[in-house]
Amino acid sequence: MQDDNIKAPGLVLSNAPHINAPQSLGSIMWLVVLALTPALAYSTFIFGLHALLLIAVSVAVCVASEAAYCLLIKKPLTINDGSAVITGILLAFNVPPEAPLWMIGIGAAFAVIVAKQLFGGIGFNIFNPALAGRALLMASWPVHMTTTWHSFGESNVLSQAASNVAGLPEQAYDIITQATPLGAFKEGPGLLADLGAAPDAVYRTLFTPEMFKSYLVGNIGGCIGETSALLLLAGALLLLFRRVISWHIPFSYIGTVAAIMFSYYSLSGFGSPGQATLFHLLTGGLMLGAFFMATDMVTSPVTARGMIIFGVGCGILTCVIRLWGGYPEGVSYSILLMNSTVPLIDRFAKPKVFGTKHA
Amino acid sequence: MAFSTFSGGIHPPENKGPSEGKAFSNLSVPQLCYIPLQQHVGKPAKPIVEEGETVREGQLIGLADGYISANVHASVPGKVVKIAEHPTVYSKRGMCVLIEAQGAFSTSGKPLESIKWESMSGLELLNRVAEAGVVGLGGAAFPTQVKLHPPRNRQIDTLIVNGSECEPYLTVDDMLMRTFPGEIVEGIRIVMKILGISKALIGVEKNKPHAIASLKKKIAELAPPENIGVAALKTKYPQGAEKQLIYSLTRREVPSGGLPMDTATVVQNVGTIFAVREAVALGKPLFERYITVTGPLVKNPGNYKVRLGSLIADVIEECGGLVAEPAKIIMGGPMCGVALDGMDVPVVKGTSGILVLGHADVRPMDYLPCIRCGRCVAVCPAGLVPNEMANAIEKGRLDLVEPSRPFDCIMCGSCSYVCPSRRPLSHFIKLAQEKLRRRQKE
Repeated sequence: MQDDNIKAPGLVLSNAPHINAPQSLGSIMWLVVLALTPALAYSTFIFGLHALLLIAVSVAVCVASEAAYCLLIKKPLTINDGSAVITGILLAFNVPPEAPLWMIGIGAAFAVIVAKQLFGGIGFNIFNPALAGRALLMASWPVHMTTTWHSFGESNVLSQAASNVAGLPEQAYDIITQATPLGAFKEGPGLLADLGAAPDAVYRTLFTPEMFKSYLVGNIGGCIGETSALLLLAGALLLLFRRVISWHIPFSYIGTVAAIMFSYYSLSGFGSPGQATLFHLLTGGLMLGAFFMATDMVTSPVTARGMIIFGVGCGILTCVIRLWGGYPEGVSYSILLMNSTVPLIDRFAKPKVFGTKHA
Repeated sequence: MAFSTFSGGIHPPENKGPSEGKAFSNLSVPQLCYIPLQQHVGKPAKPIVEEGETVREGQLIGLADGYISANVHASVPGKVVKIAEHPTVYSKRGMCVLIEAQGAFSTSGKPLESIKWESMSGLELLNRVAEAGVVGLGGAAFPTQVKLHPPRNRQIDTLIVNGSECEPYLTVDDMLMRTFPGEIVEGIRIVMKILGISKALIGVEKNKPHAIASLKKKIAELAPPENIGVAALKTKYPQGAEKQLIYSLTRREVPSGGLPMDTATVVQNVGTIFAVREAVALGKPLFERYITVTGPLVKNPGNYKVRLGSLIADVIEECGGLVAEPAKIIMGGPMCGVALDGMDVPVVKGTSGILVLGHADVRPMDYLPCIRCGRCVAVCPAGLVPNEMANAIEKGRLDLVEPSRPFDCIMCGSCSYVCPSRRPLSHFIKLAQEKLRRRQKE
């Protein structure tokens, strides 16, 4: 196809337009990396050096895998475009802070080689590589992926909140403080009931003003990059402001989760549906997923209407998994499932063609 | 205040600075004029002079051949040296009448006498437009008399005048509106009379406040008053694309595959309106025009009056030459203009500007795979999905391109402009159009 552009000596001959917008594939990718940096720095601050090591190994293996694959099949080296770095950071952001280093290395290699390069490299993969890597790790080493949470010790906000709640047996205290907030919220009430304690002690622990402040700031348990809603939002604002991402996917995603959760807790007679909804929005991987993973351009629809359908679909699936599924968290699987519907969405959510009545 | 606009589009850096507000000056008359017989859409004009013949300035040298064609006139007085093939912007080998300038200039320097056109019939005015060889001066170069003579069963209620000049760099229409607002308003009245309508709307992007003010002032002075409106439009490319402009000003959508007259409108560029006025009110054929010569490499960028048939090389020379090795010499603007393979190409009726860009300014030729960012979809004013069409044609899958409606593409190039992978999307779509047309012929 490049033969159609003939280079005459001296003068460049090609079809209009003759100029281009400043934003390039590389600049977009490196802006995403920049937007992830605040959350990355903070995760090291609260979870310690091991979290940083996990991120470093994940990025290094992603970049090395991409380089090795390109060399092996003799195609141009693509590591400078930043996409492998993003995959590395996002994969690390989706594992617990005490996960073993070898495990994330395997996940990173799988993400880049199997989920991305075997499909044809950047632009051709169907599934978000980082989330595909995480899914492999969840399936292969579920214990590592669900128990290697960071231990904050007694000074932790969650421990303090729990110790302020009267009548909490010691075992129940452990249950609440050793899980992630979402885990405690989902599994806690049932386990407490088994111990003969009042199940709503969980809510009295999790729904205090101090705890909500922590959900915003991020000094709580969870996967490496997901805990600080504020810093993720700061990065997201940069991407929205620089028009790297558009509002369609994150807003429809988060809006759908909010609408469904509020309706569910209102209808089921839960005492404070507003608090429960806010809790669902701020904890777990929703902010990270909605702004940084569901918006992955390659694996999301291209039309505005399609993006909204995609976001709503992610929101519904996230709620279904969180409310009725086996896992406390559903963000990554809901995005992966919706990734598989993208060709279908693109086919049916076309824009209205100018001069026609219908799309 | 909200300004009228359309959906989609882009806002590239305007880069009008180098020539903006610079008063028109006359480039000197070329010693040798290469006048193409095809300076318009349609059939080339038939030469009616012979080699060795002496011609007057403005003498008819090429006669319109058929309904969609246009007359061609001598830009300079002198001797017809040769009638032969020469590179033009439309063809590597276009027939040109080569005139060596000599003798007296009958029009330049002398004010032409005004003709009382108000008492003439619409048909007489239309014939004057056709005789003068007026074509669309915005770049499309469609014969104006055809556009001003819609089939009898089509109702036209509004004349739309395109003063948006949405292409970056170009400032010639802006300067025309600032310098000759009275002439443009008179031209609009002539065209309204030809069309037999009483309403006209001038669309100007709001980044040209002087042009808007000048036109408004002249319209207010009209006695008796006429229904001519000036609308400030949002500064956005392609605001001047015919279908988008009609929509911005009237909210009417030209149906897919249709023409402006399907929305009861006729669209004319301000430059064309100016040429119509000169043809009708002064009896002057179209043998010179105003252009912008600009770009970071031009020594003296500005707005100039130039004789048709002047070679680009001479024009650039007169503008002080170039300050560095050019990467692209473009006839027109950076979004829609045509890249030339040399400077021996003559200025034609459709030449709105000459833009010279350096290597740092032009888009790279290499491109990367589509990352499906959706920017091309968001900016497409036609509501298409450019990345999908381009991917399909890249794989040679014409069958997949067709349902995506490539013929609704208006070739504005907004998709290629925004593509972060630098994919030449509009080029691919053009390729698809050509392949599909060829297949339909077979």
